[in-house]
Amino acid sequence: MAVALFLVLAIIIIGSVLGMILSRNPAISALWLVLAFAALGGLFGLLDAPFIAAVQIIIYAGAIMVLFIFVIMMIPRGEAFPPDKRKITLFLSILLAAVLAAEMFVSLWAVLRGDKTAGPSGLGSTLGLGRMLFRDFLYPFEITSLLIIAALVGSIVLSKKRGKE
Amino acid sequence: MIPLSWFLALSAILFVLGLAAFFVKRDLITMFLAVEVMLNAANLAFLTFAKKHELLAGQVIVFFIITVAAAEAAIGLAIILLVFRQRKSIKAEGADLMKG
Amino acid sequence: MSEMTGTFWLIPLIPAVSFLILLVFGRKLPKTWISVQACLAVLASFVLSLVSFLGLLKVPHSNLPLVKTLFSWISAGRFSADLSFHFDPLTAVMALVVTGVGFLIHLYSVGYMARDRSYARYFALLNLFTFAMLLLVMASNMLLLFVGWEGVGLCSYLLIGFWFEKPSAAAAGQKAFIVNRIGDAGFLLGILFLFFFVGSTEFRAIDQAVLGGNVSQGAATLVCLLLFIGACGKSAQIPLYVWLPDAMEGPTPVSALIHAATMVTAGVYMVSRLNLLYSLSPAALQVVAAVGAATAVYAASMALVQNDIKRILAYSTISQLGFMFIGCGVGAYAAGMFHLTTHAFFKSLLFLAAGSVLHALSGEQDIRKMGGLRRHLPLTYTTFLIGAIAIAGVPFFSGFFSKDAILSRAFAGGHTAVWLAGLLAAVMTAFYMFRLVLLTFHGRERLDLEARKHLHESPPVMTIPLVLLALFSVGAGYIGLPAVLGRDLDRFFRFLEPVIPLGPEGVLSPGTEWSLILASVAAALAGIVAALLFYGRRPAIPGWLVHRFPGLYKLVLNKYYVDEFYGAAIVNPLIRGSEAVYQHFDLKVIDGAVNGAGRLAALAGRALNTLQSGRLKDYALGLLAGLIIILGALLL
Repeated sequence: MAVALFLVLAIIIIGSVLGMILSRNPAISALWLVLAFAALGGLFGLLDAPFIAAVQIIIYAGAIMVLFIFVIMMIPRGEAFPPDKRKITLFLSILLAAVLAAEMFVSLWAVLRGDKTAGPSGLGSTLGLGRMLFRDFLYPFEITSLLIIAALVGSIVLSKKRGKE
Repeated sequence: MIPLSWFLALSAILFVLGLAAFFVKRDLITMFLAVEVMLNAANLAFLTFAKKHELLAGQVIVFFIITVAAAEAAIGLAIILLVFRQRKSIKAEGADLMKG
Repeated sequence: MSEMTGTFWLIPLIPAVSFLILLVFGRKLPKTWISVQACLAVLASFVLSLVSFLGLLKVPHSNLPLVKTLFSWISAGRFSADLSFHFDPLTAVMALVVTGVGFLIHLYSVGYMARDRSYARYFALLNLFTFAMLLLVMASNMLLLFVGWEGVGLCSYLLIGFWFEKPSAAAAGQKAFIVNRIGDAGFLLGILFLFFFVGSTEFRAIDQAVLGGNVSQGAATLVCLLLFIGACGKSAQIPLYVWLPDAMEGPTPVSALIHAATMVTAGVYMVSRLNLLYSLSPAALQVVAAVGAATAVYAASMALVQNDIKRILAYSTISQLGFMFIGCGVGAYAAGMFHLTTHAFFKSLLFLAAGSVLHALSGEQDIRKMGGLRRHLPLTYTTFLIGAIAIAGVPFFSGFFSKDAILSRAFAGGHTAVWLAGLLAAVMTAFYMFRLVLLTFHGRERLDLEARKHLHESPPVMTIPLVLLALFSVGAGYIGLPAVLGRDLDRFFRFLEPVIPLGPEGVLSPGTEWSLILASVAAALAGIVAALLFYGRRPAIPGWLVHRFPGLYKLVLNKYYVDEFYGAAIVNPLIRGSEAVYQHFDLKVIDGAVNGAGRLAALAGRALNTLQSGRLKDYALGLLAGLIIILGALLL
């Protein structure tokens, strides 16, 4: 049962990412990605991380991608953007990406062959996570909130239209 | 039930796809989207290992990654907006003022 | 004792200080000041030399030589050399000659160079030369001597080429320096071997090593021959004499001081200083005597036909230096030194008088364009004549005593061939000197109109030195009289005894000695009579001889084509070789390497520059490639 769920979600994710790559329209690409992230959230749930799954769907799929879509809409489309014409970069990047994939597979597979399996074990409970967040990782937590404020102020300042003063 | 190595395989695939997308696409926004894909692939890997070693810290890291990615997306998009205002286009090719 | 001799180390330093002052401030000082300062400096050195000399007479022989170390100069492992001066009879003789004759020449120069543009430079260089020469004779080790040796060589170059705008003068200076350098290569090797065999370059140490039997004959021969090569360069012996005739391009007082009285005698001094070492090696002494004899005859032969007044005197100097080396070569070093002293007087006298003639004739040097000058330049004529008589070896004048000392000791030592050569050279000397006198001062006047315009006797500042030198040319001989005239009259030789031991020379019977004296006198008279004949009574003879032997005459007149030979065999190949090396190696390889390194750096820079395209994707590609490599490395 879980395997089937995993396979379905995996196919959705990969398909959405492919859709994002192949689409010529940035808005469509973004929407594809929303789907992908949502499915990824589901996958997180399979990994015994319910809280993180919720956070993923709310923040990533729900907030970040929305932000993207806002900005995409603010920018006029202009001429069409065909994929990169320069063959050499294209070729080289695909090649290198494949090499990287191979390397990663080799390393990861050997490490985790036939290892533990996923299954609910109460690991990623909200309670546990909350405890950890507010005890062991208090400082990073607070600093992250500062970071968010900085980003907030920064983005407002940066995108302010000139000539208003 | 599900071998953890499958999750890692998926993470690798996602990462490579995001990488390829970064090189293939020509406008800044879509390239940024590809970066987000790569980040998520990393998140998946983190969670997998957290599950493997039964360490909650892995999930905490993911939490932070998501948060920081949000902040980064805000700033990054603001910058893209500025680039557009300056150059009236978001093509990645022409933006080579840092040349030499 | 110490009050009189304690200040000897100041002798070289006074001219040095004067030189420095003239070097820095010379151009701004008035001529009178320069003259007074330069001359007084040398006079002060002379007075100090005299005082030290008198004090030396009272010093017991065991305390000699007096040494004053100024400071430790080099100290490297086993090798050390100090800046230290010493004073002993040999040095005293040289110091007195250098400062005494030097002072008179400084005085003379005040008149001779009065209208020259570079007055200050001239006197600065003269002072510098005096300092270097005194350094040479007062050095207590070979290394410091070599410093003085090089110093006088440098001054010679600077003074020969004093009027450097004249290409011939500049070339002559260069020739002198380079030929000297060749000799110096041998000299330096000699010093190195000396240190190798003895362990020190101090003269005291060398003498002790020789007396203690620590130096083998082979070692002594090697060192002596190498050092003699240097002496050949500095003292213009065969084969390194070619620079001296050309050196006449310099001002005449310079010729008198440097190329007659002092610098060229440095070789003789050096051999005398190391007489104990040289006496260890009969082979080396043979070479010295042979070279000296050959040079004496060879140079005299060229003086017979020259027509330039200064060139005749130059070849004469070379020939007389040959005499001095004959003296050293037969073991009679003191006799060589004796001739050095008398020669300093009459040769500088001859040069200065010649300068007086040039001064009067507005620069004419060709004796074929002179004649009858004794009426116009009486004082110059008289002093010149005295000098000529002295050099010819006429009895009662100084030259006779010194030449006889050398020749009789050569004969006594059994070196008959050398004695004969010396006698032949003496005949030729008398001949060419009186030829010079007759053609210049006697007979018909053959002067150019230009020369006749300012015909006048020289001012006192020039004639007084002439008179003084003439007096010495007569009287200096009496300090070293031959044994037949009396037992204890050879004061000069006994004075030098602590440095140059009175060796067991062959003792001659009074009969033999008188015969030798007569032979010398006969030689001198023969030469004089022949000259009187050829250029007085029967003036047709020289022309007839030239007509009869044109080839021989041409050969000798052109100095046996030695200069041309050197040019073709050595100089030109070197020049062309250097050109070739320059073109193929210096320009292509060395410049190529250096420029190539620069171009390589620029190329690398430009290549690396392409990596910084400013494009995002290219940077990302780089990151990716690096990542792959690192992962790959970790996997393996």
